[in-house]
Amino acid sequence: MQPHAESLAVPVETLLDWYRTLVFVRRFEEQTERSFRRGKIGGYLHVGIGQEAVPLGFLSAARADDIFFVSYRDHVHTLVRGTDPGAVMAELYGKLTGTCKGKGGSMHLFDVARGNYGGYGIVGGHLPLAVGAAYALRYRGTDRVCLCFFGDGAMNSGALHEAANLAGLWGRDGMCPVVFVVENNQYGMGTSVERASAVTELSRRFDAYDIPNERCDGMDPVVVYEVATRVVQEVRGTGRPYAVEAVTYRFAGHGAADLFQSYRSKDEVERWRQRDPIVLVERRLRALGALDDARAAEVARWADQRVQEAVAFAEQSPEPPPEELYRDVYGD
Amino acid sequence: MPEMTYREALRSTLIEEMDRDPTVILLGEDIGLYQGTFRITEGLLERYGPKRVVDTPISELGFIGAGIGMAMLGLRPVVEVMTWNFSLPAADQILQNAAKVRYFSGGQVSVPLVIRGPNGAGVQLSAQHSQSFESFYGHFPGLRVVAPATPADAKGLLRTAIRGNSPVIFLEHAALYGVKGPVPEGEHAVPFGQAAVVRPGRHVTVVAYSRMLHLALAVADRLAGEGIECEVVDPRTLRPLDLDTVAASVRRTHRAVVVQEQWRPFGAAAEITAGIYERCFDDLDAPVERVTGEDVPAPYARNLERLAFPDEDRIEQGIRRVLA
Repeated sequence: MQPHAESLAVPVETLLDWYRTLVFVRRFEEQTERSFRRGKIGGYLHVGIGQEAVPLGFLSAARADDIFFVSYRDHVHTLVRGTDPGAVMAELYGKLTGTCKGKGGSMHLFDVARGNYGGYGIVGGHLPLAVGAAYALRYRGTDRVCLCFFGDGAMNSGALHEAANLAGLWGRDGMCPVVFVVENNQYGMGTSVERASAVTELSRRFDAYDIPNERCDGMDPVVVYEVATRVVQEVRGTGRPYAVEAVTYRFAGHGAADLFQSYRSKDEVERWRQRDPIVLVERRLRALGALDDARAAEVARWADQRVQEAVAFAEQSPEPPPEELYRDVYGD
Repeated sequence: MPEMTYREALRSTLIEEMDRDPTVILLGEDIGLYQGTFRITEGLLERYGPKRVVDTPISELGFIGAGIGMAMLGLRPVVEVMTWNFSLPAADQILQNAAKVRYFSGGQVSVPLVIRGPNGAGVQLSAQHSQSFESFYGHFPGLRVVAPATPADAKGLLRTAIRGNSPVIFLEHAALYGVKGPVPEGEHAVPFGQAAVVRPGRHVTVVAYSRMLHLALAVADRLAGEGIECEVVDPRTLRPLDLDTVAASVRRTHRAVVVQEQWRPFGAAAEITAGIYERCFDDLDAPVERVTGEDVPAPYARNLERLAFPDEDRIEQGIRRVLA
């Protein structure tokens, strides 16, 4: 992992903006956990608490017309991209006003108008889609880039191998501007990378496909942003794939049903909490004199209010009517 | 009407659609330099170049998944599987992504994708290369499943498949590629969900599709000599399935035989038979007869293989049973 210097490349206004975003998405996801426990949200619920620096850094570095695909841990990506939080919460509540009219739920947040081609529920299953989408972007003569977010668990799926090989092949002709973003949170559900992968430095796997790759800190948004900015620019220029393994950590369980977390120690979680992305950004802002207790409290109030507005919107929204059951099955 | 082979019908339709629409692109194993395993794509690499005729590695999960991603971005990929047996590594992509992404995105994306290639038994290809997938893929909402038996339908259904906005499982049959037949000129298209009454008759309805249609027609010829008039109906598309046309025929003939090459349990014939019972039970003068493949993996030995799949004699026996 590359050591990182204190960066001055990110203006203080941007840092403040990130701080607000991070506090908001954290509060939002904490609310989803409460709503899940109250039975307002059903199914599976996988929060990205602790891992927010990766989507924040990459999606801040990407252009607004770049597109992305993501695993089922997709709330943060969707919110960071600017999708209305009310629509996200309404989707989790299974309401008609949700991002997908209540037909997708937590694992399948989409906002195609904002380049969000969705969350996918089968580990590794969306990787080939992103490779084909990247090809299509070039085929149509654009310089847009496709980001493909997935966890360390997907690294051991056959889909990774086939997607990466195709990307490497098509990239030789400049036809595959895809960035593979490995959100290595170090556990595939309860199985650690050490127990799941013959090579624990996951980025090295991409050497096999002649895809340039690197590993970076996935807790510090500034580090992620700097890496992402360079990588996205390179991929946009070359039309070749690139892989970044961002080493991160989820503070929450795998999903809302992961209550006991017998596979890791409290000490380990506590150690990683010291590098909470919110803490890292807050520390910088305080050092720069751009944040104090009063302002932090103000941000927290603002975030809570936005979350409550999203909840109220979701609560008040109608359920999808029965005829929605039969809509959207076929495209013609 | 000009005559052409089933192969030429497919190939010429690909050319017509690629000339018409630059978003139509081809992917598959050995479709370019090699000219296609069954030469459906012969000459197309030269004609359209490697960005539109993409030779892929042996990587069905990868390139079918990539085809889905291309389709989500508005291209119209036609992906060749060398045979449908090789689609199984990509079943997750087809069933979990292509079939459902429109639904779970709330209609935000479509998947205008065609996956095509030969389905069913060949000659002595043994167990892993002799399977029929119409009921397997036909089970899943979100997919269209079509199985043309004639050059005209191969052309007409392929055009509809390419111009449509849903993923299409396009089941060809290797034994039919060389079959010749009349094909309408111009932009001939066959809508999905319209069965064809291929041969009218009064005494019994015989439902058959793909290669089995040709066997059923041969048997109908044979029985006509005895004064038995078979009405032969080809559903042409299995999802959607035009049971109305089938039922209308059965209401006229009061007897039905349904033929399929695949295994009997949970097969297309079971679905068609149930549809007949639901629609015109009171019109039936005899239980519906199913003529199907034997319920075993396909054997290699030629004599055993002949026993494993329906032939003209077994179709004839089935017809005689419902007429008895």
